[in-house]
Amino acid sequence: MSMSPATQQEFDTQSLFYNRWKSRSLRNSLMNWVSGSIALIACLPLLSLLGMVIYRGSRALSWSSFVELPPAPMQEGGGFGNAMVGTITMVSIAALLAVPSGILTAIFLAFLGPDSKLAEAVRFVARVLSGLPSILAGVFAYAMVVLVMKSYSAFAGGVALAVLMLPIILLTAEQSMRMVQARLIEAAVGMGCTSAQVVRRVLLPTAFPGILTGVLLAVARAAGETAPLLFTALFSNYWLVQEGQLKLAEPTASLAVFIFNFSGSAFDNLVEMAWSGALILVLMILTLNLSAQLLAKKLQR
Amino acid sequence: MKNTIGTSLKFERTIDSAFRRVCWTLALLTILLGGLIVFEIFYHATPAIKKYGFSFLTSSQWDPANEAYGVLPEIWGTFYSSVLALIVAGLLGVSVAIWLTQNFLPSRVEWFLKTVVELLAAIPSVVYGLWGFYYVIPMLRPFAGWLHEQFSWVPFFSTPFTGPGILPAALVLGIMILPTVASISRDALSAVPSRLKEAAMGLGATRWEVIWKVVLPTASRGIGAALVLGFGRAIGETMALAMLAGNSSRLTLSLLSPSNTLAARLANQFPEAGPSEASALMFAALVLMALSLSANVFGVVINLRARYKLARVGVAR
Repeated sequence: MSMSPATQQEFDTQSLFYNRWKSRSLRNSLMNWVSGSIALIACLPLLSLLGMVIYRGSRALSWSSFVELPPAPMQEGGGFGNAMVGTITMVSIAALLAVPSGILTAIFLAFLGPDSKLAEAVRFVARVLSGLPSILAGVFAYAMVVLVMKSYSAFAGGVALAVLMLPIILLTAEQSMRMVQARLIEAAVGMGCTSAQVVRRVLLPTAFPGILTGVLLAVARAAGETAPLLFTALFSNYWLVQEGQLKLAEPTASLAVFIFNFSGSAFDNLVEMAWSGALILVLMILTLNLSAQLLAKKLQR
Repeated sequence: MKNTIGTSLKFERTIDSAFRRVCWTLALLTILLGGLIVFEIFYHATPAIKKYGFSFLTSSQWDPANEAYGVLPEIWGTFYSSVLALIVAGLLGVSVAIWLTQNFLPSRVEWFLKTVVELLAAIPSVVYGLWGFYYVIPMLRPFAGWLHEQFSWVPFFSTPFTGPGILPAALVLGIMILPTVASISRDALSAVPSRLKEAAMGLGATRWEVIWKVVLPTASRGIGAALVLGFGRAIGETMALAMLAGNSSRLTLSLLSPSNTLAARLANQFPEAGPSEASALMFAALVLMALSLSANVFGVVINLRARYKLARVGVAR
């Protein structure tokens, strides 16, 4: 900055070399250290959380955890088998609702009418919905399903989870369909394919890994949600299948609500159960997430 | 022969138009779903809106026995905990985003850091609550007790630490929204064209001079959007707060005091609510929705504008 013509006569060329004790350099390395340690601090919570969940969760974990009903206070053994079945059932209901409609809507957004006003509006709504607090999805399902059916149910829980899954599936599916090369689609159209044929033969097969990634992420998110299930599926101490019947219209246990209910307990054995449940839930979700990421990585190649 | 081709063509066309119609309808239904969510909550809140009106927002009572309801302490608690969480997440998240985008790290370490942040986003809220309750609160206890003893004249530390409260809730909440802030800031930072950075480096600027004077100002809108969206997420976060905030409605500045938020109030009260309380809770849900939707819409709009502006000068990726 100070290289005005006047200084040209006696210009100190040394000043052009890097000098680590200059205030500019010092400030630079100070910032390196400060921001580096902050970034490092950001990693600590995850390590601590995973460590605690694995350490405390594995203590009470046994085979009976997976196949037995929740124990009473002070009772030996017991498990959360019904909660795992409940979570899987409700996430499946949600996926049945959200996956087909999400993918078909994404086909509209990416292929049938990408520049239409409707598509713009759908994208905006989907983005806003993806930021919807999960408890409001629960309030919505409570008003739509619980109040109408007059009972807490697995179905209501599924609807609440579907509301949360839909925007994730929709937005990621649109993204991956847009990545399909235009020339593939143009070639198909040039051969006289109808839109439906292009979608079935070209668009969906090519975009499939990306769509699957989105679905896996959405399922992982739904499996861990507690708030929307609190007053839609409630909780139950019994199996979902009773006397050979699938009781979808009755209160249903889920792993997440199990953890919430048991974590506040005054009894040690119930708290230990909650930690074991947390370990299983975290393992389920991380597996889903990692497979989604591996898929995405494969895609990039 | 000609005839079969004719019929199969007709068949394909019928399928095609049906398929288009189904996709179009589902797209429309997505918008309707958004509208329906707003409508349903509004509809069920109507009795409470008529009965309490604006005073619902300014009253501090929550008394089902006398049917007197107000959510002022919850609104305060929601804002207070979210702002504190945003300070934590903003500091950590933007630093992480800088470290991920400005060539600080070898690509393996970069991948590790990125994965850690992504996994943070994947951990369920209820597990954060469990961890916060059995790990963060006991860890804070001696420190918070010392703060109260030494600085009880400062309003932030004016009450004794009883366990669940604003400080642990805001810390855990900050960690929970860190991934949102970090990933959106990262997108914003990596959208800064490298020729701008190279130009500054060519003039002899140090790395942090480039970051402070070129990269951060260029990405400022995107980072702003990241903060607003993170704030929106913090407002609606439920389970960790229901477990860590203390479920006690107070209007206080003290970080050590128990508190409550709108979402935590819903989670704790809804399962046992009678009809009049349910309507009041729907009103609270409406307030929560208004807060979080406005933060979200605002954030989405800033983010789109930031990209649009970069695209207009022809420098977007």
